[in-house]
Amino acid sequence: MIRVVLPMQLCNLANVSREVELNVVGPTTVSMLLDALEVRYPMLRGTIRDQVTLQRRPFIRFFACGEDLSQESETNPLPEEVASGKEPLRVVGAMAGG
Amino acid sequence: MSKVRVLVGTRKGAFVLTSDAGRERWEISEPQLAGWEIYHLKGSPANPDRLYASQTSGWFGQVIQRSNDGGKTWEPVGNKFVYEGSPGTHQWYDGSQRPWEFKRIWKLEPSLTDPETVYAGAEDAALFRSSDGGLSWQELAGLRSVKGNLWAPGAGGMCLHTIIQDPVNPKRMFTAISAAGTFRTDDGGQTWRAVNQGLKSNSELPDADAEVGHCVHCIAMHPSHPNVLFMQKHWDVMRTDDAGESWHEVSGNLPTDFGYTIAVHSHEPETIYIVPIKSDSEHYPPDGKLRVYRSRTGGNEWEALTKGLPQSNYYVNVFRSAMAVDALDPCGVYFGTTGGQVYASDDSGDSWAPIVRDLPPVLSVEVQTLP
Repeated sequence: MIRVVLPMQLCNLANVSREVELNVVGPTTVSMLLDALEVRYPMLRGTIRDQVTLQRRPFIRFFACGEDLSQESETNPLPEEVASGKEPLRVVGAMAGG
Repeated sequence: MSKVRVLVGTRKGAFVLTSDAGRERWEISEPQLAGWEIYHLKGSPANPDRLYASQTSGWFGQVIQRSNDGGKTWEPVGNKFVYEGSPGTHQWYDGSQRPWEFKRIWKLEPSLTDPETVYAGAEDAALFRSSDGGLSWQELAGLRSVKGNLWAPGAGGMCLHTIIQDPVNPKRMFTAISAAGTFRTDDGGQTWRAVNQGLKSNSELPDADAEVGHCVHCIAMHPSHPNVLFMQKHWDVMRTDDAGESWHEVSGNLPTDFGYTIAVHSHEPETIYIVPIKSDSEHYPPDGKLRVYRSRTGGNEWEALTKGLPQSNYYVNVFRSAMAVDALDPCGVYFGTTGGQVYASDDSGDSWAPIVRDLPPVLSVEVQTLP
């Protein structure tokens, strides 16, 4: 199982705890992970990436294993620690006050 | 005995304020949909416990929520707002052209007769309709074909903020957009035309009498007089008696005719309310005094309503969707401020008292009168 940590606002929207576990078929990429997340929690569609262009929303970032993956291609394989479930992918709302 | 439910959208959640018909003791809900901007929430006239809410965030985008129990619980529904066809471009602040881009929903207007049908006013300006309780949305794209390339954003963005359904003619509907103007459909939303004749924007437009481009802030109608509309424009308070074919100014003796909101008394179609704001840069009431102005003559002759309202050191704003009336007798009038106060009058505006003082900045106020 792959672990995804969501920002609190999206946890409340999806009515889940901070971390969710997902089964991903095929390569473990951000794109595949978000596909699986949105299938399981359809209310999250449009909140992390645009529903039409699939572009990451501007104030969303992806962290894992102490690294910022936000600027990586979303079709790149995620680190092995994420693919194996040892480390979560963290979906983060950019630090911008509010 | 009747009840009143006031639906308040704020920068950090929605609040539901309830009272019996006496309107003296109010219960204030916990924050609903907390932490998000609630631009607007409104109940269905056909089923008052069916509410729709626009929940939005610069981080996480647009969510539409639906309640079937008057705001006690909510469920997210559809949030896919896609412009029909190639969206084209509109005018930017500097006069250049920019592609249409969806940002948020400013207004949700449930059908007068069908709880499953609801209209949504978007930024960038467009009108969407759902016929399945908000699960899916389709644009009524004929609206944007009315010289949409000449529309431009106001300070708040290029927003469709007002949707008024004609209670007599179900095919007729009005929308208002900042900064584009007022538009009318007579065929249920398929085709539209601009109805801005008489509006003058001397400082804001190269052609003061342009067909589109006017910064209309809010319009209001009394259901018994569907051809009479009142408008708070960027500057000027306006009136039409022929469903928008021609407008004339009714600012009269107002201390300033800049403002955002306007409302009509629920039983007196010629009694209207506004909250004058000092200017387009000083977004607070003149002289530090929070005054609602009432006209009992359909405009031109205005009286300041001050009893119970702060009359010194008051520098907040009242946004365009933040004033509403109930259907009780005497008519109740309600408005919310950017300072987080919701004021109410249970005597048609003669006197006022705060229902609640310290909410987040108020974006919208709607009122339901319940049996």
